[in-house]
Order: sequence, then structure tokens, then C-alpha cells
Amino acid sequence: MDRRNFIKTGIAAGLLAGTANLKPSALHGFFSDSAPADAPFDLVAIKGGEPDAMFLKALDAMGGMKRFVKKNQKVVVKPNIGWDVVPEKAANTNPKLVSAIIRSCFDAGAKEVYVFDNTCDNWTRCYSNSGIEKAVKDAKGKLVPGNQESYYHPIELKNTKKLSKAKEHELILESDVFINVPVLKHHGSGKITVAMKNLMGIVWDRGFWHRNDLHQCIADFASYRKPDLNIVDAYNVMLQNGPRGVSVDDLVLMKSQIISTDMLAADVASAKLFGIQPENVNYIKYGTSMKIGQGDLSKLNIKRLVI
Amino acid sequence: MSFKLVKFARVLISLLFLIGISALFLDIKGYFYPSVSKSVLFFQFTPSLIDFILTLSFSAVGFLIVLILTFLFGRVYCSFLCPLGTFQDLFIFVKNKISRKKKYSYSKPFNKTRYFFLSFTLLFLLFNSFFFILLLDPYSAFGRIANNLFRPLIIFANNIVSSTLSGFDIYSVYPYDYKGFNPLTFGLALLTLLIVGFMSFKWGRLWCNSVCPVGTLLGLLSKFSLFRYSIRTEDCKNCGLCEWSCKANCIDSKDMTIDMSRCVGCFNCMTVCSSGGVVLRSYFGKEIRGYKPRKINASKRKFLSELFAFSASAVSLGFFQKIPLITKDSTIPENRKVPVAPPGALSINRFNMSCTGCNLCVAACPTQVLQPAFLEYGIMNMFQPRMDYIRSFCNFDCTICTDICPTGALQPLSLEKKKLLQLGVAKLIKDNCIVFTQETECGACSEHCPTKAVNMVPYKKIAAPEIKEEYCIGCGACEKACPTKPFKAIYVLGNYTHKTAVKNLSKPKQPVMKETDDFPF
Repeated sequence: MDRRNFIKTGIAAGLLAGTANLKPSALHGFFSDSAPADAPFDLVAIKGGEPDAMFLKALDAMGGMKRFVKKNQKVVVKPNIGWDVVPEKAANTNPKLVSAIIRSCFDAGAKEVYVFDNTCDNWTRCYSNSGIEKAVKDAKGKLVPGNQESYYHPIELKNTKKLSKAKEHELILESDVFINVPVLKHHGSGKITVAMKNLMGIVWDRGFWHRNDLHQCIADFASYRKPDLNIVDAYNVMLQNGPRGVSVDDLVLMKSQIISTDMLAADVASAKLFGIQPENVNYIKYGTSMKIGQGDLSKLNIKRLVI
Repeated sequence: MSFKLVKFARVLISLLFLIGISALFLDIKGYFYPSVSKSVLFFQFTPSLIDFILTLSFSAVGFLIVLILTFLFGRVYCSFLCPLGTFQDLFIFVKNKISRKKKYSYSKPFNKTRYFFLSFTLLFLLFNSFFFILLLDPYSAFGRIANNLFRPLIIFANNIVSSTLSGFDIYSVYPYDYKGFNPLTFGLALLTLLIVGFMSFKWGRLWCNSVCPVGTLLGLLSKFSLFRYSIRTEDCKNCGLCEWSCKANCIDSKDMTIDMSRCVGCFNCMTVCSSGGVVLRSYFGKEIRGYKPRKINASKRKFLSELFAFSASAVSLGFFQKIPLITKDSTIPENRKVPVAPPGALSINRFNMSCTGCNLCVAACPTQVLQPAFLEYGIMNMFQPRMDYIRSFCNFDCTICTDICPTGALQPLSLEKKKLLQLGVAKLIKDNCIVFTQETECGACSEHCPTKAVNMVPYKKIAAPEIKEEYCIGCGACEKACPTKPFKAIYVLGNYTHKTAVKNLSKPKQPVMKETDDFPF
């Protein structure tokens, strides 16, 4: 399926969801008992459970994976697998969450579910030591390398301030659905890293971004490629020494998760969860002024859940 | 004939060692490291000898076994165990298939040449230089050929398969992101291959008998070996087949002598002789017809003493050697006065005097940060690996290089120790750094730092890197990540002697949100 078809079906799906919305009674039994009558929400925040359990419950509130993934579609899941560290250090996305996402994509009828990241540390070690390689295999997904420039194809960005060209991984270009799964962490220069910053793992030359106003480049790229769904892993949150972390003392168990179709809203909510004012994070500020999403959470339809 | 069986065993064993050692160097997936390598390389003479001297460990007695075998049967190392020897046999095998000229004939030993190389190797060692070992040790020379020439071919083939399959949506064969191409060490390895290949194609095992210091040393010992190959005059039919078959050119069929100092123990002569005229005979046996002890040659002695004087003066004057020195911090961009030696090297000086430059660690390094040096340690220490932080950086959770080193030049380290081992110290050049020159955020260095020795601290309205040297382990992650061009704004200055860093114990953070709290939005 090409992108145009995808947009068409996406619109059709949206209409369907819209009609379903008119008849809340029809949804009972289909969604779990916590399913709200006024779905779909723009953002669901949940806390108090394990990453996979929180995801399933929050996803239900979002309208289920079928809202995003149609039969025989190709899905790409982009977690943060940047570092060669064990899952306990929470520098990478929680592997349990990754396998739960892949499984729900297949349940929704996905043909293939791909997972990759352009890692910072040696990539094979990142994949295996993060626990994500095993998580992907267990869920029958496909783990794809992100370490070779040949996988990345040039794209052009319009109406941006600093970044006008980039090379993007072919899976993002070819897949029908793009699910962004960042882990919420402290970041030395970004202050925090969440959904928008996680997209640095789908491009090739990150050095260019660092050389040319990192925050503006993050906002610029976010205007080009918006994931269909963002799932922020805030289960075990690195509050200092990010993004790699030095020891487990850098972490705090928050047992939270934020799911949103709006990347900017996800970042704003995550910043608040982290304990930082979103307007103090420059790329969020730039993103808000570039209207990448809705930075004002009061204007969004938010569901808050506790397990 | 039972000798046919022995020859068969020789071919089999030598091929097994050649394949096993090659596999260590060509293994791009990291299947074999590091458990297998020590046993595969157990018998390699030079690495084992050095390892034994450095560690006095029982696990490094492979060279002793080789010496015992030499005292028993002559230079069996050269035909059974040496990868470069077997590699030359492959050339000889191909030559015999395609060339019409298959006969070898006896030649006199090139004594001046072979004793020149042996004595220079030993003399340089005496004066703390590994120069000749680095150039001539047969295992290490083969290792460099395998690592610099054959490994790229395997990687190329792997990547073709990988990219073809990815076109069909199959991603199970991972591509290998090759960072190792280094024209200089590639060129030198190619030169070694061409010389060794050409010599073996043309003259059989001439390299082993005129250049290789290990061959010459074992040849000297072979003169006193217990069992020796000799021609039994009463059975010899003077057909000359043994001489023609001798790739070491050491059989004189007219005089019916076999020069044990050059015989590589291949058993070819014994299998071609139809009359059983070439035999293995005990040193104490009655008939030792094939062997005449040489007279001591006065001119050779003079030659050797002259060599000694020359090399002693050359080396002691430091004529060739560029010794890296500790320098004061400098503001000159990337003032790399001290190269960074790999983990386990202890100090650059010790490392330069114990590494044979086989490049096994270079092949095994998962991040490819280990690269053969060209002039970084000085011209006398080419091929010895160094940390190349322009290409890559040292993985925090990894000790593979120290686990596999066959010479003990890289001493084994526990992972905990390695994580605090300071190979060098990161230096910041503010005038190069984006944060200071452009006043925009960057922080790539701090992002990659595994110990947060490079930390981002408030600077104007943004964050700027600050180095706490006591935490720095010199892994080069900051340097690799630093995006400035052409000079890095942060780079690692090697420690002449490796040190121990201080463990970074940050205070645990207090949670901002209690479990009972509502969402802050």
C-alpha cells in the first residue's frame, strides 16, 4: 500500500470511528469496560501498572489498535534502542512495552511489524543487551538494522528554519503506519528526550543537527514526519545523567505512560510529568510556534487512568 | 608406506590450523571470541613465548611444546602449525597445478640473509624494540594479511547478500558497517602478501629459510634434533626425486645430504621416494650419513658482531623511534601528542615491547575502534593497535581485546576494572566547540559519555560541556560524537601509563511525583 492509499484508508477509518462515536452503545463489549463513551481521545495518560498492562488499557481508551493499523498493513515501531545497556537502566524503551505493541499490531491485522533504531552505541550490542531483540523475536516482529547509510534515503523538508534536507530510513518511508515509542529521560542538551527527540533515530546524519542548532532541527524534522501514534514509556524515568545514565540511582520508578496521536502534546505532557516546564525546553517551544501539534493541553481531549 | 599417513596428517593438521586461525580473523559476527582463540593460537611460537615471559603462566607453554617438538623432529612448527607456512603451501599447491616447472633443486643456504634477520630481530629485542618481530613474525604477518585483506572481502560479500535480501524485505542478514579501511596498513599487508606469495610461488619455502626469524631460530635448534631426515645410501637409487620434491631446497641428492636447519618437515621427500631411501633416523643411531656438521665460519662471526654494533648504536640513539611523551595541556587543536593504547596495555612503553601486531584484537573489536597504528607509536611500532577515536569509540561494557590477546600484550581485565580504567583524558577545545562559538545547544559529547565525566553545565542561556577529568576513562565516546569539522572540539589525550578513574557516584534523585499524586496536567 502506498502512502496515498494509506491516507485514503486513514480518512475512511477516521469516518468510521466518527460514526461509531455517535453510537456509544455499539462500542460496549468491543472495548473493555473502561472504554469511554466519548472516544477517541487525543491523549491518554495512565499510571500504576506494568508497561505492557498500562499500554493495553491506555490503547483501549484510545480506541484500540484497529484505529491505527488496518488489515495487511506494514507497521514500523521505533523505540529508543540507543544504548548498550541492560533494561534495568532504562536508557532504552522497555522491552515488555515493545513486544506488547507488536502483538497488538498483529492482533489488529498487521502484515509485518518492523523495529529498528539508528543506535548511538554499537548497534548489535544495543539490540541484544537492551532486551529488545528478544522482545521483537518473541512477538514475531522483524528487527531491522539501522546502522548503514544505504538504508537511508534523501528527503527534503519545506517551510523549515534550519533543516532542509535529511536522510530517512527506508522503513519509515515505506511503511503504512509509524509508531513512535520513546522513553522519557533526562538529556544533557535537550533537557528531556521524548517523542520529537526520538526521531533523531530515524535519520542518518545526526551530527548535522548538533552542528546547526539542535533544538531547531528537532522541531524542523518533527514538522516533516509525524508518527501515527506516540507511546511514551515513563515507567522507570532517568532524572539525571541522561540520556545514557551512569547508575540506577539516576532512575525513579514512575510507572506511567502517555499515549497520543499528537507528538507535541505527548512531549508537553511528558515534560510536566518529568517536572520541567515545557516552555523551558526549546524544541517544544519552537514546535509549538511551528504548530507541529497542540501545545496547550487544555484544548485536548485527555483521558487520565490509574491502574 | 606409513610416511604417507604422516604426510596426510601433516596436510590435515596444517589446514585445520590455517582454517581455525583464519576463522578468528574473518569472523565478522563475533561467534568465536574470545573463548576459542586462546586454544587455536596455543602453539603460535612468538605470541606464546612473549605471553610466557610476561605472565609466566602455564597456559602459555605452547612455545615450549614447539621447542620440544623441534628437538625431537626438527621444524615441524613450520609445516604443521604455522599459518603463514601453510598459506605458502597453498601457493605452492596452486603452482604445481598450473606450472610446468615443478622440480625444485638444491641450493646453498642464504646464511648471511637468514642470520641477518634472526640476529637483528634478537638484537632489537635486546634494545627494547619489536620492529623486526612486527615485520617478520609469521603468525602476526599472516594475521595482518587476514585482517587487512581477507576480512574486507568477507564483509563485502556479507553486505552484498544483506543488501540483496533487504530488497526482498528480508533483514535477517545484518550488514557490517566497515570502518576499518586504512590505506597504509592495507598497503603494508598487501606488500607482505605479494612478497611471501611471490617467493613461495617461485622458490618454495625460501621465505621460511631466509627471512623468517622463527624459521631460522628453529632451524638452529633442528641441527641438534633427536630424529632427523636422512638418505640411506644403501637404499638410494640416485633418482633425484626427493630433491625435486623438496620445496625447502635442502636436499642435495648427489651428496645425499639433507640440511636439517632448513628442512620444514613436510614429509614430501619420504612419500615420493620409491625405494625407502629417505628415512628418519635417531641422532644416536649408527648411520648418520645424511648429516654433516658445518664448520664454524669466521666471517659469519665477524658479520654478526658488526651487525650487533650497528644495530645497538642505531637503536640506542633512538634513531628510528619516536617515543610519545606526556605533554602539558595545550590549546593547539587536537594536539594528539600521546596516542591511546588499548585497554590492558598498562603503559604504552610496555605495550610497544610486547605486541607482535597480529591484529587479532583489531579483527575482534566490536566497535572497530582498534586500528593498526602507522606512525602513531613511531615507525618502529607499526601495526600495533591503537584507539582510533575518529572512526569509533571503546564500548563501555566490553573486554574482548584483553580476553583474546595471544601475547599477553593486553592483560586480561575484569569488566569492573575496565570500566574505571583510564586510557587517556578528554580535552576540550572551547574555540572549536559549537556551544561556545555558535551559542546553540549541542551536547553530543556529554550524551555519549558513559561516566558523565563530560557534563553539561549552564552557560549563558544554554548548556556547555565541562570535563571532570577524574571521572574520565578516555573511551573516546565524546570525541567520536563531537560533530565539529575538521577538528574536534573534544579529543582524548592518551595516558602514557594507564590509570584508574574515580567512580562517579551521583546522588539519587528524589521523585517529583508521588504515586498518589494526580497527573500534573
